[in-house]
Amino acid sequence: MTDKDIISLCPRAFQPIWKRSPIVFTGFIFFVSYFLFCLYLFDFSVSKIVIGFSNMKPVLTAMVTWKDFFNWNFSSIFSGLAQTLGMAFLGTFLATLVCIPISLIASKQFFKISIIRFLIKRLLDIIRGVDILIWAIIYVRAFGLGPFAGLLSVFTADLGTLGKLFSEAIDNADTKQIEGMKATGASKIAVIRFGLFPQIFPIFISQSLYFFESNTRSAVILGVVGAGGIGLQLTERMKAQYWDQSLFIILLILIMVTIIDTISRIIRMKIINE
Amino acid sequence: MSNKLLEKHLSLYSSQLKTRKLWNILVVFLLTISFLISSTIIDFNFSNIVNGVPRLGDYISQILPSLDINLIFENSETEGSIKYWYFNFKKYAFLLYETFNMAVVSTTIGFVLALILSFFSARNITPNIYGYYFVKRFLEFLRGVPEIIYAILFVWALGIGPLAGIMAISIHTTGALGKLFAEVNENVDLKSCEAIRSHGGNWLSEMRYGIIPKVLPNVISYTLLRFEINIRASTVIGFVGAGGIGQELYLVINFNYYEEVSAIILLIIITVIAIDISSSRVRQKIVGEIND
Repeated sequence: MTDKDIISLCPRAFQPIWKRSPIVFTGFIFFVSYFLFCLYLFDFSVSKIVIGFSNMKPVLTAMVTWKDFFNWNFSSIFSGLAQTLGMAFLGTFLATLVCIPISLIASKQFFKISIIRFLIKRLLDIIRGVDILIWAIIYVRAFGLGPFAGLLSVFTADLGTLGKLFSEAIDNADTKQIEGMKATGASKIAVIRFGLFPQIFPIFISQSLYFFESNTRSAVILGVVGAGGIGLQLTERMKAQYWDQSLFIILLILIMVTIIDTISRIIRMKIINE
Repeated sequence: MSNKLLEKHLSLYSSQLKTRKLWNILVVFLLTISFLISSTIIDFNFSNIVNGVPRLGDYISQILPSLDINLIFENSETEGSIKYWYFNFKKYAFLLYETFNMAVVSTTIGFVLALILSFFSARNITPNIYGYYFVKRFLEFLRGVPEIIYAILFVWALGIGPLAGIMAISIHTTGALGKLFAEVNENVDLKSCEAIRSHGGNWLSEMRYGIIPKVLPNVISYTLLRFEINIRASTVIGFVGAGGIGQELYLVINFNYYEEVSAIILLIIITVIAIDISSSRVRQKIVGEIND
């Protein structure tokens, strides 16, 4: 077979891209030009980045040369880590407890007044639309600096997400068991306890664990706006240009997050298998 | 005989019930212990809440605008109108546009870098096994450090402004997308790569014609998902001076320009929800189209 024969077999495949799929091509061109336009807007230039990174050079060398390691304030660092873990745990735990009744109200099967359901769902949407750091900064204004504000912001951010996930889980639950319970004349609480809960409880637990995992990550950064935890220690040291201690804290954060991830993954696997 | 069988099962059931109960007690015990420990660590107690809630209520009532229903459509000079509340709307709109562009640029940069690195960090198609471990650890490091920490560093290096935020978000995005892309690559059927190799194609053409066409739908949908996340990230990355609307929000919160706080937060909520909805539409459409 010559090249021509092959081309005649499937002529479209060998056409240039703008003939094969003009929509994709124009989209691509549009996107690239928009991207370049944005770079122009932001005054982006390679030389700027290069100069910036060459400014970083002393920072990077300061990061890896650890001077008088044994005199660092380890107690504040480790209490920061403990605070971060505590914020993540308590926030997720309280949010889980609060979200169970909320999700029952937000689900179609158990709550008949649609206007309240609608309002709760929109409220959850709004809570989810606000980033956790914005919550943190608001709570810091209201409750003062410290991990308590961080706990509340983890709690609020979780309320939005877990409430939505839980109510979706309830909506997706099998109705047959619930109808069976109803047919026996069980009370509403008994229907929820024995018809619904056995189905959704594993989902709730695994989702809460997953959120505990992701909240340890987000609790790390809450300190940037003053909401306590390891983030506060880290930003203080970065502002004071203690780069070696900053790198040490970053490494500790990475280790902590990895450990939490592994533990929670193991527990989740176990629950799902059960 | 059936009695015996019944007894056997009953005893089995009761023993299982017992272990189950023990487990439950253990779990509840552990939860209580960790609850108590963490509440002492971050002084979470009743009086704190009781004292704080009225202050929170005060703050919220302060930042909410005092709209007057009779004057709501008046001009920006009258107190109580929407225009008075949003007297700075042009500035906010520009900042939101900047925030959006920051997300676009950083997602694109992250996408390109992650796509390149993902071929090295996928076990089945990596050209070099040591490169695989190196790139994998590297990506882990990139996504392990939060954006805002990078932003503090880059604000230090590049100066205050959106460029630092873009760099920070791009780096984090590279790490996060690189992992997802590598997982997609690892699930690809390698037969088409073998076919290309048997025709004398090199590694590059294997990737271009054997891998990319298969992973493209997933890759694009992950990128759009990441774009939604980056929109959120770029609204807050300004808290450390890295550009976007977050910088303005931090300013108005710290200077107690109460009504502007709610104005900006409302705009952010609307933008985030609008982008979430439209991006999930596009995502469904793209994935559906390519799979068809």
